[in-house]
Amino acid sequence: MQYELVVIGGGPAGLAAALEARKEGIAKIVILERDKELGGILQQCIHNGFGLHQFKEELTGPEYAGRFIEMVQKEGIEYKLGAMVVSVNGEKEIAYVNAEDGLVTLQAKAIVLAMGCRERPRGALSIPGPRPAGIFTAGTAQRFVNMEGKMIGKRVVILGSGDIGLIMARRMTLEGAKVEVVAELMPYSGGLTRNIVQCLEDFNIPLKLSHTVTEIHGTDRVTGVTIAKVDANRKSIHGTQVTYECDTLLLSVGLVPENELSEQAGVEMSRVTAGPIVNESMATSIEGIFACGNVVHVHDLVDFVTKESQRAGAAAARYIQKRLTVSGESIHTEPKHGVRYVIPNTIDLSNVGESIELFMRVTDIFRDVKLVAMQDGKVIREVTKKHLAPGEMEKLVIPIKNILSTGGEITVMVKEA
Amino acid sequence: MKAQELICIVCPIGCHMSVEKKGEDYTVTGNGCPRGIAYTKKELTAPSRTLTTTVKISHSNFRRLPVKTSSEVPKERLFDVMEEINTLTVEAPIKMGDIILKDVLGLGVDIVSSKNMPRV
Repeated sequence: MQYELVVIGGGPAGLAAALEARKEGIAKIVILERDKELGGILQQCIHNGFGLHQFKEELTGPEYAGRFIEMVQKEGIEYKLGAMVVSVNGEKEIAYVNAEDGLVTLQAKAIVLAMGCRERPRGALSIPGPRPAGIFTAGTAQRFVNMEGKMIGKRVVILGSGDIGLIMARRMTLEGAKVEVVAELMPYSGGLTRNIVQCLEDFNIPLKLSHTVTEIHGTDRVTGVTIAKVDANRKSIHGTQVTYECDTLLLSVGLVPENELSEQAGVEMSRVTAGPIVNESMATSIEGIFACGNVVHVHDLVDFVTKESQRAGAAAARYIQKRLTVSGESIHTEPKHGVRYVIPNTIDLSNVGESIELFMRVTDIFRDVKLVAMQDGKVIREVTKKHLAPGEMEKLVIPIKNILSTGGEITVMVKEA
Repeated sequence: MKAQELICIVCPIGCHMSVEKKGEDYTVTGNGCPRGIAYTKKELTAPSRTLTTTVKISHSNFRRLPVKTSSEVPKERLFDVMEEINTLTVEAPIKMGDIILKDVLGLGVDIVSSKNMPRV
C-alpha cells in the first residue's frame, strides 16, 4: 500500500507531525500506534501541568493528548491501533503487524519517526543482589496504577528524583502506600522544584540527595532496600548504609530514546543523545526520513515536543511536495564547554526563515553564566542565565542575519558572565 | 516574626521566595510575578491543591478513568476526597469534561473526567 506520509508512533510527537503535514496539504497520511489508543505516554500522566506554553492553560496528560486526538479525528487522518512496526528500511518501506490486518508492508514517500523514549531499567544500574518481584521503573508503575488499576505495593522506596519519580511518590501516597524515602545519586534533584514541594514536602516524604541503592533484600518479593551516601565520585561511603523495610522499589533513573527502528533503517545516530542526527528541518541522514520528539532527544515539557514535531511534519510535507532543499550546504553545530549536546546537529540555511532555534542541555549546574553561540570566533548570540541545570533544556534563538552562510561550524558553550 | 522561606508552585519556574509577616500584612521578596504574592498568602493561610486521581470504570479499554478536581481543594482534605472518589465506579462511555461527582464532600468542587473513554 502507498502512502505519502507514514508516522511511526501516535504519541504527542506523531500526532503533532501528522496534523502539521495535513495542514501543509498532505492527503494520504497514516499514523501507526502500537497501544490500544492514541496519545502515548500522556495517557498515563494523569497529573496536571501540561500545556502551559501550547494552550496557555494547565491540562492533565490525557486532556493534552485528547485535544490532539480530537484534531486528528476531525481531520480524518487515518491511524492504526495495536499496530507494531517490525521493520523500516532506507527505501521507506514499513512493515507493521496487528491483529486485524496481519503483516502489512507500506511504501511511503516520507516517514516521521516518533517512537518516543524508554526508561532505563534496573539492568542499566548494576545494583547487586537478588532479583525479587517488586522492582519497577516509575513509568511502568504509573501505567499499572493509573490505567490498569493495579496497586503495585504498600511500602515504597524510590531511586531517582526525576519528575516521574516525584510524581509517583505523590501518586502512591494518595493511593494509600507509604513512601519511605526518595534517594538521588546526584547532589541535586533532576525534577522541577515545584514537584519537590507538591509531591514530596506536601506529604513529608524525605529526599536524600547524594544517596544511592547499594542492596536490594528479598528473594520472592522485595523485603527491604539499603541506601548509602555517596562521595564526590558517586562511590558509596562505607558506614552510611540505612536499610528501609519495604515491598517495592521504583526506579526513576533516566530515559533513553527508542531507536531500534531508526538504526534498522540505517539512520545516522548521535552517541550523545542516543537519537538520530537531525538538521534544521528535523530530517535525518536518510532523505525523506524525519524524526521528532523524545526519539531525538528527551524533552522536559510536552509543549516543546509538540513544537518540534510540527516542524518535522511541515518539513516532511514540503519534502513530499519537493519544496524542501535536501542537498544544500550545511553548517554543523558543536557543543563545547559546559554543553552536552545541541539540536539540530546541522543547519541548511536555505530552509530557515528569520531565525533558527538551537536546543541544548548543559553538563552541570551553573549559576550566573552566559550561554554563548559562536561562529568563526565571533559571538552570534549570547544570553545571560541565572541558573542552568542538566535537567532543564535550554534554547538559543539565533537571527539568521548573524550566521555567515559560508562560515564554519557554530559552537555553543557556557561562559563566565 | 522571622522570615519564612517558600517555593512558589504556581508555574514550573519555582521561585524561591522569602515571606515576613508584619501584623496582618505579608512582605514577600524573591517572587518573579504577582502570582507569587497571591500564592504566599494562600499557602500560609489556607493551602490548597488540585487533585488528580482515577475512578474505576467498566466497559472500557482500561480499568481506570483519570479525573481531576474542578478547582483546588484544601490540602488537609486531600485524603478525605481520595477516600470518597475511591468509592465510585462509572461505566463507559465517558467524555472528557463529564462531571463524575458533584460537590464532593460539600467542598464546592466537582470531580471531572479528564479523558474520553469510549465503550467497548
